[in-house]
Amino acid sequence: MTTLSVTGLNVWFSTEEGPLHALKDVSFDVPERRIVGIVGESGCGKSTLINAILGLLADNGEIRGGEILFEGAHDLTTLGPREMRDLRGPRISTVFQDPMGALNPVLSVGQQMINIQYRSGQSKAEKAARAVEMLKLVRIPDADSALERYPHQFSGGMKQRIAIAMALMMEPALLIADEPTTALDATLEVTTIELLQDLQAQIGCSVMFISHHLGVIAELCDDVVVMYAGEVVERGSVRDVFHDPRHPYTRRLLECDPARQTERTRVLPTIPGEIPDLRHRPEGCVFAPRCLERHAGCEAPQAELRVADGHSARCNLALAAAGVEA
Amino acid sequence: MSADPILSVRDVEVAFPVGRMMARGAILGVAGVSFEVKRGETFALVGESGSGKTTLARAINGLQEISRGEITFEGRRIDGLGRGQMKPIRKRMSMMFQDPVGSLSPRMTVGDLVTEPYRIHGAEGKDLREETARLLSLVGLPANFASRYPHQLSGGQARRVGVARAIALDPALVIADEPTAGLDVSVQGEVLNLLNELRERLGLAMVIITHNLHVVHHVADRTAVMYLGRFVEIGETEAMFAAPRHPYTAALLSANPEPDPDKVHDRITLPAEVPSLLARPSGCEFHTRCPWAQEICAREVPPAGDVACHFPLAPGARPPVRETAE
Repeated sequence: MTTLSVTGLNVWFSTEEGPLHALKDVSFDVPERRIVGIVGESGCGKSTLINAILGLLADNGEIRGGEILFEGAHDLTTLGPREMRDLRGPRISTVFQDPMGALNPVLSVGQQMINIQYRSGQSKAEKAARAVEMLKLVRIPDADSALERYPHQFSGGMKQRIAIAMALMMEPALLIADEPTTALDATLEVTTIELLQDLQAQIGCSVMFISHHLGVIAELCDDVVVMYAGEVVERGSVRDVFHDPRHPYTRRLLECDPARQTERTRVLPTIPGEIPDLRHRPEGCVFAPRCLERHAGCEAPQAELRVADGHSARCNLALAAAGVEA
Repeated sequence: MSADPILSVRDVEVAFPVGRMMARGAILGVAGVSFEVKRGETFALVGESGSGKTTLARAINGLQEISRGEITFEGRRIDGLGRGQMKPIRKRMSMMFQDPVGSLSPRMTVGDLVTEPYRIHGAEGKDLREETARLLSLVGLPANFASRYPHQLSGGQARRVGVARAIALDPALVIADEPTAGLDVSVQGEVLNLLNELRERLGLAMVIITHNLHVVHHVADRTAVMYLGRFVEIGETEAMFAAPRHPYTAALLSANPEPDPDKVHDRITLPAEVPSLLARPSGCEFHTRCPWAQEICAREVPPAGDVACHFPLAPGARPPVRETAE
């Protein structure tokens, strides 16, 4: 079964300068027990996408068309606030970039972990035991006494692990992790990724992992969805997309990653130009204004072309580009 | 590049008072560091969040009082100077703060923002309009950006405005705190290229603070790695990347996630528990996480030098295999 299936999702915002088409025809799946990475630059619609899934779009945002099917049963775009509240937390949970923002600084960690089990109907002792179990799972040393400590008494990496423990405590079907390792140093980043991988396997949930760090995506995820200016430009298994990228944007993004530059250089590759104004989307390919491979065929709207099983790209050259090395 | 250093930091300590009454004490955010920056040189400070990088930068800029040591800038002692005395020095030494958009006043236009340094330090008959145009073109922004407000800028553009402000008064030294944090890979490259270019054109010296090792590799001439407020290793960037000598440096370098799903990682994994500054470990402060640690490491502080380690690594050293109690 597919945990989350997004089909043809369109999100608009009304702004003073006119309507803004933030997400355009976004489609992708998060299959059961898979980790799916969403990658793209700021402004590509990652946060809008999360908010649309969680039913937390700002007041000026509106879903106009498309469907977000959760566990094959609920279309999240049609659920009321109350039904959404019942899903958020126990079935769909989140971890954000800043762990301090996710934890209440004036309550002990234990108190917070007990509070969020308010739906479980268990006794306080049982809830506390469950909290200790989760802290052990995320490898917080001395888990029993950790319950009595406050967030500021933990390091950044530990706080993020506590936030992960809290997000997974109710054994959700879907964990949405929004840049959870961005604030950590390289060693802690790797530890956190490995932990997420372990926990995901143990709990058997699906994970939607949002990041602009390609290295982390490559290491953690099974599948990847590449977004640009509110559109999915390429999606597929991590191996297919990273080894055989078919959209020029994916290729440029991979080239830009400083980790790919093993030789020391004073001039780093960039993608010149800016993301188009989403109030005036280009008629044709949204990446065309910055694309080195642009030609006359790019002025028409682009269809998503299937490259291989589960691998597709929204570029008219996607099938011709076979063998082009990134 | 002349041989005399533009900035010299000697044995600097920054203490923060903690506790009250009888329990009064101090924690050392920066615990005795020394380094020099030569004219035209880029020096990088690397370390995880909480390792004291930003505190050290603030101390150099006089925003944070130091509890011991000496800071000399262009041949003059600057630690302990009052606000008024510090003002002319800040013309020669500018600072780029973290958070590109947050460090710009939302009520000022880009034009006002880039010329604000002149209004603070006196314009001396400069034509502000001309200066605005000059600065914007130096950082690669179109002249019509002068009338925009910060919320109308992308992250990369806001960074450019931050750079323009930092170089407005023709400083000799720019301290950049996380100049690429939160920026996308493609924009990261742009900002680093810009800093490199300005450094060459204007002969700037730079201190770059970052937790991103890839960034360091491409821009810094020399690098210092910080851990718990001390330098564990300092040296030429190239040599350090080729053959790290301190186990912490080696672990950081080996942790780097790379955008290749099939990459076989030969990582040095560290226990994730970073000690608290309130309870610094005895001897070598890294011994609690060091895979190479021996008996002496818990007992004795390593000898002073470029590598703060009892047993500096040979090139390509791998951690000894030990029975671990997992």
